[in-house]
Amino acid sequence: MTDTSMDMTSETGEAGFRDFVALLKPRVMSLVVFTAFVGLMVAPVPVHPMVVFTSVLFIAIGGGASGALNMWWDADIDAVMKRTQSRPIPSGKVTTGEAYAIGMTLSAISVIMLGLAANWVAAGLLAFTIFFYVVIYTMWLKRWTPQNIVIGGAAGAFPPMIGWAAATGSISVESVLMFMITFMWTPPHFWALALFVKSDYDKAKVPMLTVTHGRKATRTHILIYTLLLAPVAIGAGFTSIGGPLYLVLALGMNLWFVKGAVDIWRRDDAQSDADSHKVERKFFKLSLIYLFLHFGALLLEATLRPFGLGGW
Amino acid sequence: MAIAKDHELHTRRQGRNVGLGVVLAAFVAIVFGLTIAKVKGVDVATGYDASNGIINEGISE
Repeated sequence: MTDTSMDMTSETGEAGFRDFVALLKPRVMSLVVFTAFVGLMVAPVPVHPMVVFTSVLFIAIGGGASGALNMWWDADIDAVMKRTQSRPIPSGKVTTGEAYAIGMTLSAISVIMLGLAANWVAAGLLAFTIFFYVVIYTMWLKRWTPQNIVIGGAAGAFPPMIGWAAATGSISVESVLMFMITFMWTPPHFWALALFVKSDYDKAKVPMLTVTHGRKATRTHILIYTLLLAPVAIGAGFTSIGGPLYLVLALGMNLWFVKGAVDIWRRDDAQSDADSHKVERKFFKLSLIYLFLHFGALLLEATLRPFGLGGW
Repeated sequence: MAIAKDHELHTRRQGRNVGLGVVLAAFVAIVFGLTIAKVKGVDVATGYDASNGIINEGISE
């Protein structure tokens, strides 16, 4: 429907405060906040609550800055796809110049403030994460390869590693395992979504696995990545951040997740269309619970450890 | 007595200005709080030695 009244916003780019907040992709930031917080809290170094708060805040702002720069670069394809047409830039509320300026400014502020609040190892990791998401994923891989979500998913997997580094000043096996859990989780999570969401990626010339290799290949990829994820997630239970509670949860959740992936693999499009992709939708919802519970269990182990109840 | 009704544009600008003001105030508060936390004796030299898994106690002032 067309609004025939004089639309000052599209002519002047006069955005409200909420439009600038939307530029930062707040829903993605919630994942960043949670996993970064867990990464920081499971580290074996006590951290002052104010340092915890500011570290997580600036990691989140760094994530938001990446989102703004992603929207700046992808303004052309966001305008083409129905799913993204209401974003601040395609809808005319924010100009590309404003998005770029906000993204760059917040990137600089978040990295500098994380360095001052915590340490420069964490700040360096945050800077690399922003670079990886904006340059490697958004500018290069996204429009080039159907494996874009696999490699680009690394950007979303860094926050727990940054949180750990904020506390300890270093990287360790435990922080790498937390990274690997999210990294291996991203492909089955996203490809399950791609199976039931009708999105016009091909119109925007973004190579999606469902289009480039077909839906059967996508189902196989989901199964493969889920099978690769399971030992990583379960293995974390045997490290210093794991414990019996985490292990029991990880075993159960991963059995359930693998079963879901097998169910997806065994179906074909006719069966999926017949029940409106019931299995794929269920798997996608499970993937959200999966990640939340794994990191939640790590946090629980860390919380119980001082009382002699968590950990090994 | 003011009769004119604010245009939506002015409402947006005011919203933006208020939002920015809140963000700046929060930033000042955060820097202040962080400074207090650091100055009050958070042991900034404490580090975790990943190579042998021990916590290094820093030199306290």
